[in-house]
Amino acid sequence: MAKGVKPRVKVPKKAAAGEAITIKTLISHKMESGQRKDDDGNLIPRSIINRFTCDFNGENVIDVTLEPAISTNPYLEFAATVPEAGEFKFTWYDDDGSVYEESKKIAIG
Amino acid sequence: MKLTRRNAMVMGAGAFVALGLPLRASASLADDAIATFTGGAEMADSGITLTAPEIAENGNTVPVEVSAPGAAEILVLATGNPTPAVATFKFGALAASQTASTRIRLAGTQDVVAIAKMPDGTFAKASSTVKVTIGGCGG
Repeated sequence: MAKGVKPRVKVPKKAAAGEAITIKTLISHKMESGQRKDDDGNLIPRSIINRFTCDFNGENVIDVTLEPAISTNPYLEFAATVPEAGEFKFTWYDDDGSVYEESKKIAIG
Repeated sequence: MKLTRRNAMVMGAGAFVALGLPLRASASLADDAIATFTGGAEMADSGITLTAPEIAENGNTVPVEVSAPGAAEILVLATGNPTPAVATFKFGALAASQTASTRIRLAGTQDVVAIAKMPDGTFAKASSTVKVTIGGCGG
């Protein structure tokens, strides 16, 4: 497991039913591209987050496939519809098999 | 060999060909990736917006935004990177708009291409040239 991986997500606490909200996510990860070489000229093996998904009450909002060309600390911003009160679930999948999860509740009001 | 004007021209042309080869190689990688995604289908020029800076000082983090109303999937490619694929966004039922932004790495000045796949099987393409001052692949 890569060290120091910390997901951060920004979701409004409240929304009107059916409202479109903007979600911002960032996860600290070095996203080693597999193109760089270390001081001895050896290739540093690839180690990235290769997939990100966001679901709301079990329904999919977005599913992103990430490639090595995504910057360090992958940042994603997208829009979601909130039909009812519930919970957003965010999942990041690492190359090494680790899965990082984060969830945020949202209320209607 | 005496350096005549003709010889100089020949050498110059040779140098251009030699330099051009790696560029063309990666451009064809991008074409392959596009062909795999679209299956060789025609791409419309409208219906998708790609927002990228004209000049990026640091190729390590270039903010880009794609937006294609109604799209099912958006593929983003950096045609001049060693591996052109950047990201694929698949939008689910609760996506409020088919818009996403992220930050990408660019190896050098190049075209960034976004292709949207519509639910009816048609495709739309947008591209934008980004000038990169410092490349982002650590080479």
